[in-house]
Amino acid sequence: MSEVEETIKRLAAHKGVEGIVIVNLEGIPIRTTLDADKTIQHAALITQLAAKARSVVRDLDPQNDLTFLRIRSKKHEIMVAPDKEYILIVLQNPHHS
Amino acid sequence: MKSQRKVAVAPAANLGAKNTSTQSLASNAGNDPNMAGNEDWLPPKVLLKPPGQLQLTEPELEEELTRILNANNPHAPQNIARYNNKERVFKASPNVDHFVVHFEFDGYWIYKEKEEEAPEAPPAAETTTESTGTETEGGEGAPPASAAPPAEEEKKQKGPLRNQFNFSERAAQTINNPYRERSTNTEPPPARVFSDTVNQWSIYDAYMEDLQAKEKSDDDKQNILPTENNHNEDAYYKNPELKKAMIIIERMANQNTFDDVAQDYKYWEDASDELGDRKSGSLLPLWKFVCEKEKRKQVTAVCWNPKNTDLFAVGYGSYDFSKQGPGMIACFTLKNPSYPEYLYLTESGVMSLDYHPQHPSFLAVGLYDGSVLVYNMQKKVDGPLFKCNAKNGKHTDPVWQVCWQKDDLDDNMNFFSVSSDGRVAQWTLLQNELIYTDVIRLKFNESGTELVGEDEPLFSLAGGCCFDFHKTIDHLFVVGTEEGRIHKCSKTYNSQYLLSFDAHQMSVYTVRYNPFHGNVFLSASADWTVKLWDHCKDKPLVSFDLNSSVGDVAWAPYSSTVFAAVTAEGKAFVFDLNENKYEPICEQQIVRKAKLTHCAFNPFEPILLVGDDKGTVVSLKLSPNLRKVNNIDCAMIYQQS
Repeated sequence: MSEVEETIKRLAAHKGVEGIVIVNLEGIPIRTTLDADKTIQHAALITQLAAKARSVVRDLDPQNDLTFLRIRSKKHEIMVAPDKEYILIVLQNPHHS
Repeated sequence: MKSQRKVAVAPAANLGAKNTSTQSLASNAGNDPNMAGNEDWLPPKVLLKPPGQLQLTEPELEEELTRILNANNPHAPQNIARYNNKERVFKASPNVDHFVVHFEFDGYWIYKEKEEEAPEAPPAAETTTESTGTETEGGEGAPPASAAPPAEEEKKQKGPLRNQFNFSERAAQTINNPYRERSTNTEPPPARVFSDTVNQWSIYDAYMEDLQAKEKSDDDKQNILPTENNHNEDAYYKNPELKKAMIIIERMANQNTFDDVAQDYKYWEDASDELGDRKSGSLLPLWKFVCEKEKRKQVTAVCWNPKNTDLFAVGYGSYDFSKQGPGMIACFTLKNPSYPEYLYLTESGVMSLDYHPQHPSFLAVGLYDGSVLVYNMQKKVDGPLFKCNAKNGKHTDPVWQVCWQKDDLDDNMNFFSVSSDGRVAQWTLLQNELIYTDVIRLKFNESGTELVGEDEPLFSLAGGCCFDFHKTIDHLFVVGTEEGRIHKCSKTYNSQYLLSFDAHQMSVYTVRYNPFHGNVFLSASADWTVKLWDHCKDKPLVSFDLNSSVGDVAWAPYSSTVFAAVTAEGKAFVFDLNENKYEPICEQQIVRKAKLTHCAFNPFEPILLVGDDKGTVVSLKLSPNLRKVNNIDCAMIYQQS
């Protein structure tokens, strides 16, 4: 098992982590631990948000780049790592006991 | 000319009746006396002269000029030469046409009774008109006249008169070529609509890419390697950036989970420390680091990374002779307590670890089977960079401690190891091999009673358990042995000890030089005591009894008087000799039902790591009282008393 896959397994088992989605450049989820509906929804919406966020950062300074995006909501924390080729989305409930 | 001829042919016939109307007024008015009276109303005649007319005198006007008129055309050419086919020469032709037309006008007036009126009849009636013509000429009366009226009637039906010459209007309608339209519809050139939103950064990127492509094409025009584009689904496993992102996300998830611990780590200070003149402090447990894979292993070594404040290595093995097995090295970071950053498996149990102080990625490891390893954590490999084998100086007993030393004169990295086989060895890292030299063989003290005759070769060497190097004097070090003695040695004398301390009743687990005052060191032993020494005196300065086997002792990096010790009871002790010379200022139960084996101060943060024999490492935050900074020589404290 590859190192990344191992990390995904470990992260998925982590306390409060509800799901991990890896989305490729076209916005197609290629690896997920969520169910299909949620995966598609997250992939579609967060891809756009990440693209917009990157656009903002890059527009302010073209040499700068977006590395991570954390969205804290009432229910979740959505952590997004917008890579060059993939976008990694992790959904965590930080209040999980 | 036809009309002229006509006029010329019949002047006499026309003149009589038609003169009145046809002759011009200008030419005839003056000549006609009958008409003069009729022209009174006309304006008087004035002779108009052109302005530049030549004035002639009377005699000149009278003069007669004779002019001979001939029919020659003055413009006719006289030298026309034509080729005569008969005689095959060019000959001047004398027959020149002098015929000139000055004016031509087709008239349509014809005298009524004239014969020339006849041809006007249609061809079918020609014969009759001719016959009538001849008859009228003949002057014979009635019968021909009766034939004439129908001809005249016919003539009237024809409408306007035509030219008296044979006039035939011929027209032929040729078939027009039919127009044909032929067209081909070619396929249109492919067109595509591109649309994109352009930002400042996308332009910047495009330029940078272009620049790189240019540089690249300049660089390696010869060796263009085919870059493989494997966009299969498994590619994300190999993506290094994704790997990195995964690690960071994992840390974020851990941060969320252990948010309260992280807050404590950063901000919590024990308020009770400030109450009154209380001098004791406390330890706040923070994260627990457990390696899921090896729960049954004991923590045999703990070592902080000297550069990365959050990174530390933990060695797993077993102190139990009967339960040996493979060992493990796990490098944890405080940012991720749930899983180690690096994980190395070793053939035998790990007994000791040390990070190189200048090259923080180099980790020296001593194993239970006596071999020493060197790992480079920057290399993404599972195995060690160097490994000694039986041929080149492997110890025959567990390597209890390893310690990096200053690079030698050739800038080769080197470290020392101590083992219970009685050897202290120096290992030098060369290009691709590990070279050893024995620094000292720990003999029993020459004065000792253990040496009894022939048994000497059997027990000739004392088992080394621990050592530590003087912080400023490079060649000086102390070695603790299994039977409880501590020897002060020098790298330069490998045959004898500089000084030998009769320190403990049981094996010495740890010796530590003070980082600020080089002559002072601590020793911890299984005989429940921690002793403080001046390395010039053979008696301890002070001894602390901790009521249990002391696994490890460590000086604090921030103060010369603070040290921590851990015991087999599961307790951690922190001493500040400046505050209390005899009692620990903090005594705290860290774990139940487990023996604490090792402890280590973080070199930058007020964090103490404690490892136990259940494989757990606990990080503890030192309360403010435990981290008071002092630079007092410990030896002074006890000399004063």
